[in-house]
Amino acid sequence: MRDWFNRTGWRDLIIATPYAWLIVFFLIPFLIVVVMSLAIMKSASPPFGFHEAFPWIDLGNFARLFQDTLYIRAFVSSLINALIATLLCLLIGYPMALGITRVSKSWRNILLMLVILPFWTSFLLRVYAWIGMMGSNSWFNKLLTGIYNFAVPSEWALKSIPMMNTSFAVVLVMVYSYLPFMILPLYANLEKLDTTLNEAAMDLGSRPWQVFRDITLPLSIPGIIAGGLLVFIPATGELIIPSLVGSSANPMIGRVIADEFNSARDWPMASAVAVALLFLMVLPMVFYNHYEAKAQNAGGKP
Amino acid sequence: MAATDTGAAAAPFVRIEGVTKTFGTFRAVDNVSLDIAKGELFSLLGGSGCGKTTLLRMLAGFEQPTSGRIFIDGQDMTSLPPYERPVNMMFQSYALFPHMSVEQNVGYGLKHEDLTPAQRSARVKEMLELVKLSELAGRKPHQLSGGQRQRVALARALSKQPKLLLLDEPLGALDKKLREHTQFELMNIQDRTGITFIVVTHDQEEAMTLSSRIAVMDRGVIRQVGTPNEIYEFPSNRFVADFIGSINQFEGEVIRTGGGMTDVSCPVLSGTVKAATDATPERGSKVTVAVRPEKITITRKAPSGGVNVVRGTVRDLGYFGKDSLYRVKLESGHLVLVNSVNARRSDEGGRVAQWEDEVWLSFEPSSAILLTD
Repeated sequence: MRDWFNRTGWRDLIIATPYAWLIVFFLIPFLIVVVMSLAIMKSASPPFGFHEAFPWIDLGNFARLFQDTLYIRAFVSSLINALIATLLCLLIGYPMALGITRVSKSWRNILLMLVILPFWTSFLLRVYAWIGMMGSNSWFNKLLTGIYNFAVPSEWALKSIPMMNTSFAVVLVMVYSYLPFMILPLYANLEKLDTTLNEAAMDLGSRPWQVFRDITLPLSIPGIIAGGLLVFIPATGELIIPSLVGSSANPMIGRVIADEFNSARDWPMASAVAVALLFLMVLPMVFYNHYEAKAQNAGGKP
Repeated sequence: MAATDTGAAAAPFVRIEGVTKTFGTFRAVDNVSLDIAKGELFSLLGGSGCGKTTLLRMLAGFEQPTSGRIFIDGQDMTSLPPYERPVNMMFQSYALFPHMSVEQNVGYGLKHEDLTPAQRSARVKEMLELVKLSELAGRKPHQLSGGQRQRVALARALSKQPKLLLLDEPLGALDKKLREHTQFELMNIQDRTGITFIVVTHDQEEAMTLSSRIAVMDRGVIRQVGTPNEIYEFPSNRFVADFIGSINQFEGEVIRTGGGMTDVSCPVLSGTVKAATDATPERGSKVTVAVRPEKITITRKAPSGGVNVVRGTVRDLGYFGKDSLYRVKLESGHLVLVNSVNARRSDEGGRVAQWEDEVWLSFEPSSAILLTD
């Protein structure tokens, strides 16, 4: 025993720790959720149970996902909002990440600090700040209204732009909140790129924008995917932002899960929605990994 | 003897005119002027930080000279961006595009040329044949060996048929065996394509074998330009003499000149040295007499009636098979390097002398180099 420990003990322990963590805090809870999604609602504690006769489990919750337009609409609006937020984060974050890699070392650290700085204040506080800014009497709304009225014919003029409780507000606050999650992996990727490759491309006749298109962009795809997933996945299941600034008539999926769980006390249905959401997120990643592995091997043709 | 720019006597193909490059207060390249003829294989030789790479990057267009001008084939290139210059570069790290196959790497520069797809693929094929990589066209750079990558980089840099090819330490990342082979391949390719090559290297042997001419650089300044032979046998100053190969240097004072011969009194040699020179340095001026180790003869008996003879004892001895290197201590305490070919086969390795043997060193007046600078 002691001998084994001296030989491989530390290595095994270090490898086992994260796995143990994942099993205890992710896999087991997830299995509980899956089991719960196959149960039915009962007035008991906890408020669910199984059929007394075969087949015990119940697929009715999953059937409801496809029948009730509430769920379908929630899924669609979540995906659309998250997709728009991810694309905007990419469009805003990519130039920022690239810019940070092109300044001197000391400036880099300052700029990265500024990217992370918002995390030092409470997330809720920042969302409330946005609520204040988007209200119809805020300077921000007045400024936007002024610009809008200036740009459009006078018969379209508005007293204020209705921003609160719209998908626009949800996307705006999500972009604001998740932007660092796009910038940091992109920066990590772009910073590793060898700038002599850019010089080589330029030497071979490419103008700067062609260098970006042919060299920098293709080589930063792993960073784009990493940043995209880090924004898209939490944005899809986001609960707080749509609850505070979104429209209650058109809830996102996170809100639906919370409502099923808390107000309706329908734990099995909430679990079914959660499981469906997980599969919706995991499938694209599986496809991506498969495609990546294939692309890696494709280069090896003799 | 002064180096003569024989190679550039005709209209220069590349003309560097008083180019200076400063980074902050550091002068990386200091007022360099250089003419290079068409079809030359020219080397910029020097230690790290001597400015050779900065000069190359200015030729490629990655750096702008602080002052001075650069002409290529009569055209002023000084302020043109890299993508508008008829110049290509082979990078020290090769800088192959990792996401492209060998074929795509070589064909990348041709996208900007006015070629039909058929012409383009024919050119790529031709380039891959030139560097003998046709069967690896579909591989990605990470699937190649170091030597293969080097050849892809060369093919890519040649694909646009540049007027001038710049090579930054082209053999630096290869192992010794491969270097020797590649060196001759590089010369062969240069000969066949007729493109003017400018090579940056810190390796003097590489520069000596490759180049038609060499510029030796030190601290941003060119110290001497000449053929490998001129640089080695007729160094124009102490730096070049010391930098290229090994050399013995003896401080002295001129006591007599005339008849193509200069007599120098050298305290460390305990006597007078005769050096054959064209120049006539002033009497009394301080000079250095420099002699290459292989130009000194080592004998056990005193040579009869010779000039430039000095006595010493063998301190160290290195046996290299074909030759031996001796470190001989003179009576003045000065150590002299002597390189002697082991011409005879014997148990002692054909050595003339053993440790602590008393020996006589001698050299011809024509072997002595007189350095004033």
